Amino acid sequence: MAAKKDNFKEVIDLLRRMWLIRAFEEKVSSLYAERQIVGLLHLGIGQEAVAVGALSLLRADDYVYGGHRSHGHAIAKGANINKLMAEIAGRATGYCGGKGGSMHIVAKECGFITATGVVGGTIPLALGAAFAAKEKKHGQLAVVFFGDGAGQVGPFHESLNIASLWRLPVIFICENNGYAEFTPLSAHTKIERLALHAKTYGIPASTIDGNDLFAVRNAMTKAVKSCRAGKGPVFVECLTHRMRGHYEGDPAKYRELSQLAEWKKKDPIGRVARALKSQKAITDAQLEGIESKARLLADKAAEFSLSSPWPTEKDVDDQVYAAAT
Amino acid sequence: MLRPPMNLVSIMPEQTYLDAIRAGLEEELRRDSAVYIFGEDVALGGPFGVTKGLAETFGVNRLVNTPISEATVMGITIGAATAGLRPVVEIMFIDFITLAMDQLVNHAAKLHYMSGGQLKIPLTVRVQCGISGAMGAHHSQSLESWLAHVPGLKVVMPANPADAKGLLKSAIRDDNPVVFIEHRGLYWTKGEVADGETVVPIGKASVLRQGEQITIVALSSMVGPALAAARELEAEGISAEVIDPRTISPLDIETIANSVKKTSRMVVVHEAVEQGGVGAEIVAQVQQEAFHYLDSPIARVAAPFAPVPASPTLETRFLPGKVEILSAVRHSLHSRA
Repeated sequence: MAAKKDNFKEVIDLLRRMWLIRAFEEKVSSLYAERQIVGLLHLGIGQEAVAVGALSLLRADDYVYGGHRSHGHAIAKGANINKLMAEIAGRATGYCGGKGGSMHIVAKECGFITATGVVGGTIPLALGAAFAAKEKKHGQLAVVFFGDGAGQVGPFHESLNIASLWRLPVIFICENNGYAEFTPLSAHTKIERLALHAKTYGIPASTIDGNDLFAVRNAMTKAVKSCRAGKGPVFVECLTHRMRGHYEGDPAKYRELSQLAEWKKKDPIGRVARALKSQKAITDAQLEGIESKARLLADKAAEFSLSSPWPTEKDVDDQVYAAAT
Repeated sequence: MLRPPMNLVSIMPEQTYLDAIRAGLEEELRRDSAVYIFGEDVALGGPFGVTKGLAETFGVNRLVNTPISEATVMGITIGAATAGLRPVVEIMFIDFITLAMDQLVNHAAKLHYMSGGQLKIPLTVRVQCGISGAMGAHHSQSLESWLAHVPGLKVVMPANPADAKGLLKSAIRDDNPVVFIEHRGLYWTKGEVADGETVVPIGKASVLRQGEQITIVALSSMVGPALAAARELEAEGISAEVIDPRTISPLDIETIANSVKKTSRMVVVHEAVEQGGVGAEIVAQVQQEAFHYLDSPIARVAAPFAPVPASPTLETRFLPGKVEILSAVRHSLHSRA
């Protein structure tokens, strides 16, 4: 995919979705700074092209699993941003009634099955959903997002092995943002490209520019086609960068300012906007309109969330067990 | 196979614990096409033959042999549960559940709660525990108290073939993750098991023997020695009640406390080490429910605070049994609160 005459509308839609994630997360960040939202927040600002590029190619009934930095994945799969922000704000109107929070988003209605606070923790879960999908024969597939830090946990390797062995319809999307918490990848492993691990286990894998929406779309188009055709798992490593610290409040002193400036030039939203503009597919006014609409929606989500009720005392130990049906 | 006509006898054939578990699995595989069995060598029957023959009947699609990757296999079954299956995963020895604890504790146990009820995890974790055959510290542990400490998990420990089959069927049909702890030493013990549909509810203790002077609460492999002790006490004119909780989470404290209100004395017995064991929880709950009924301090009979030794002579000393139960009962009967 590239921005071409016949797909301008589609690209603009994708840009809109990227802006929605950006505006949402920036709003969450400012609410956190104001202490209107508390907790442990990991934002994916700067990584929007991966979420939107990858998930815009899925079916509504495909299964998506995320990690601790997954607000964007949920939105890209179609989550309602009011319910999402309310969940992050710990309110009763949130997707999980306030019991999940930022790192444990579940939006089952749109196929975002679960995120996790455990690095690499949802990789095996995605295999399980892929197993079920394969057995049910409805052509569904599973997608799991994780970072480069997950490449050093055991279940990552076990999962690559089993997914390959059983030819499961699962797409592994590694968001390689170069840092596992505060430490650069180079200090944790000699393997610079995580796609190499996938190849070791016999899984087709590629490493792409994850800040390039079109590159993500192209890699995912191939991956989805291959997976749905029953050819087994695919691994896509997306090189990207988070513009914020590991968590909100992390001053990220381990990162050079020059590095941040370099990545700002590669801002995935700016790149799509420039691609559209260079072909006169969009005007500055329209671009501003997309941004301000996204910010308006994020503001409304914040209003909805902060005016929502808190969960009540009875919720503390409610739903520990599913009731008998 | 020849079978007596149904109308002539009420059929309560004897069956081993192991065969009863297999029968339970077979019936549930037949009843519900969403039931799948995962684990190392399950399609080959496993090391003890629990799943023997099932792959021949139900196919290797439903008896899924896995690599030795406990952490990931546990996660796979949780993911499969989120996508509509009703998996049964076998962890060959409870000692290896340590490898799968992250997935079991952080995902299986919590996803229903953390999702605000959006997700259900109908998962059965079959695992065998305990001392049998001098296998040493990595193949003999009793780790049930770790599991009972986790909100969101149910934990059952059947002590006889009928309970094994009935509780297994309940576990598979439950919409929550249930850890089904078998005891290897019980696999070849026999008992009556009703043919066909027998479901034992999770969370209900079983009063195996009525008594008046003391309550013996025993788990899993210790139920047999507790009953043997009660018979010996009866010969001496001491009437002991024996209760098998069968489920340790949720615990049926009502049945146990009611018994203690009647007998005023209690001994709790398990094979796991005493410190931090399920016995401590039972004692705490009983003193809360029935403190004023107690005539003597509650005693615990359990393994010493040590890893399970390999040498058969050490193993025998490590393992509590009838002698220790009798001693605890006598001590209790002669002491005053």
